[in-house]
Amino acid sequence: MRTDSMAGSARFRPGRALMYLVACVYAVITLVPYLWSVYTSLKPTSEVFSVFVPFRTLTLHNYTYIIQQFPFGRWLFNSFLVALIVTLGNLVVNTLAGYAFARLRFPGRGLLFYCFLAIMMIPGQVLLVPIYILLARLGWIDTYQGLTVPFLMSPFMIFLSRQFFLGMPKELEEAGRIDGLSHWGIFFRIYLPLSVPLLSAQTILTFQGNWNSFLWPLLLETQQDMYTLPVGLNSFYGQYDAYWNSVLAGSILLTLPMVIVFLIFQKQFVRGIATSGMK
Amino acid sequence: MGLDAAAAPAARRRWFKRSSVDEALAGYLFLMPALVSLVVFLLGPILFSFYISFFHFSYLDPQNASWAGLDNYLHLFVDPVFLQALWNTFLYTVGVVPVQTALSLGLALIVDRIRGKTFFRIAYYLPTVTSTVAVSVMFIFIFNPTGLLNQLLALFHIQGPNWLNDPTFALPAVMMIAIWSTAGQFMIIYLAGLQEIPDEIYEAAAIEGASGWKMLRYITIPLLRRTTFLVIVMGMIGTFQVFDTVYVISRGDGGPAGATMTVVLDIFNKAFRDMSMGYASAMAFFLFVIILLLTLLQQWILGREE
Repeated sequence: MRTDSMAGSARFRPGRALMYLVACVYAVITLVPYLWSVYTSLKPTSEVFSVFVPFRTLTLHNYTYIIQQFPFGRWLFNSFLVALIVTLGNLVVNTLAGYAFARLRFPGRGLLFYCFLAIMMIPGQVLLVPIYILLARLGWIDTYQGLTVPFLMSPFMIFLSRQFFLGMPKELEEAGRIDGLSHWGIFFRIYLPLSVPLLSAQTILTFQGNWNSFLWPLLLETQQDMYTLPVGLNSFYGQYDAYWNSVLAGSILLTLPMVIVFLIFQKQFVRGIATSGMK
Repeated sequence: MGLDAAAAPAARRRWFKRSSVDEALAGYLFLMPALVSLVVFLLGPILFSFYISFFHFSYLDPQNASWAGLDNYLHLFVDPVFLQALWNTFLYTVGVVPVQTALSLGLALIVDRIRGKTFFRIAYYLPTVTSTVAVSVMFIFIFNPTGLLNQLLALFHIQGPNWLNDPTFALPAVMMIAIWSTAGQFMIIYLAGLQEIPDEIYEAAAIEGASGWKMLRYITIPLLRRTTFLVIVMGMIGTFQVFDTVYVISRGDGGPAGATMTVVLDIFNKAFRDMSMGYASAMAFFLFVIILLLTLLQQWILGREE
C-alpha cells in the first residue's frame, strides 16, 4: 500500500512537469498575438515585416497619428457612450423584470415568463431585417438612439436576475412588510443593496458584449462619425491595410480598455461567465 | 416587546388586505419596460420578418412586394451560394467544436491542479474579452504570407501557404482563430464544473489505489458529462452564427472563392447588399430552426439533471 502510493507519486512528477509545460506553451499561444501586435504597432512603416528592429526605432507615433489624422478618438467616445447607455438601461430593465418574475404575484406571470424564455431561443439574425426597416422608418440609422434603444433589454439577463432573486430568503420581504414598506421600498431598500453580485455580473457581460459588438453597429452606422471602434477599425483596415503598424495600433486601442477593465475585475468576469454557463 | 408581537400580525393582516391588487400593480409596473421592449423590438419584428419571408420584398421598393408563398424557402435548396454557406458553416462547426471542447477541458484539468492558476486563467481568458474585429485584424497580420506564422514554419523548412487567400486554407485559418478565441471561455465553464465534484470521491478512489489517469478516466470525465454537453451545445450555437471574423477577413464577400461564406454572412449580404429582404428573412428562419433544435437540446440537458 505504502510503496504503491510512493511509486504513484514518483511517477506523478514528470506528469506534473508536463502539465506546467503544456500550460506555459498555451499561455504563449494566447499571448503572442497580442505582444506581436503591440510590437508591430510600435514599428516604423518600413520595418513592419522585420522580426528584429533596433529598440530606439520603436515609437508611439502610430498611435498619435491615427488619433490625430483619423477619427479614432471620436470612435472611442462613441463606443464608450453607447456601451454605457446600453449597460445602464439593461441593468434597470432586466433587474426590475427579474425581480417581478421572482417576487411579485400578478395574473399572467407564468405566461409572460414563458414568452421571455421562448424569445431567448431565437437567434438575433432573424431581427436584422425587421429592426433595420423599423429604425430606417424612424430615421434612427446613424443616431445614438438607434444604437441603444433597441438593445436595452435581454431575456437572458432577466432569466439570470429571476434566478438570483429566487435564491434570496423570502423572510427579508416579510420583514419589509412589517416595517410598512411598499413593494417599491422592499425592492430598493432591501433586495437591491444585496444584489451586488447580480449587478456586477450583468454590468460586465453587457458592457463587454456591447463594446465588442460588430454586426449590429456595422448595419446601423453608415457615417464615419457615428462609427463605434470595431466598425471604425474594420473600415480603417479596409482602406489602409498596407500600414499594418497603424492598423494594429488601432486594434490595440480597441482591445486595451476592455483588457484593463478585465484585469481589474477579473474575479467578477470569471464568476459572470461561470454563471452564464451554469444557469 | 409583547406589544410589538401582538401588533405585528395585525399590521401584516392590514398589509395583506390591499396587498394583492397592489402587488399585481407593482408587478406590471416593474415589468413594463421589459415588456415594451419585448413587444416593440423582439415580438413585433419577428412576426414582421416571418410575414415578409413569404414575399419578394425589397426595402428600396416596398410597394412592389409580391406574394411568394413558399418560394423563398424552396429557393434555399437550389441557391448555390446558400448551399455553399451552409456547407462551410457545417465544416466550421465540425472543425471547431470538438477541438475547442477537448482543448478547454484539457486546459481546465491542468489549470485546476497547478500553481499560478490566476495567471493562466487571465492569459487564457484574454481572447474572450477582445473584440472579434481586433482579433481578426491581429490574425490577418499573423497569417500574412510573410507573417509570423509562416516565418515560424520557415524555421522548420516548411513553406507556409498564403493562408487567407487560398481557398483550401482560408476556412481552416478562420477555425484556428475561433478556437483560439473561445477555448478560455469554455475552460472557465469546465473549471466551474470541476468545483462541483466532491473531493471525497477522489479520496475514496485514492484509498482504493486508483492512479491519476484512472481517476480522470472513471471519475472526472464521467462526472463532467453535463458540463461537456453544455459546452458542446453552446459551442455549436456560437459556431453556427459565425459572422464577424469571416466578414472582416473576406471584406464581406466570403472569399476566396466563397471559402469563408457562412450562413449569417450570406443572410447579411442578401438582405443589405442585394436588398432581397424577403429571401433573407426566409434564410434567417431556416437558421432559427437549426438554432432552436440546438437550444432545445441544451434546455433538455440542463433540465434533465436538475
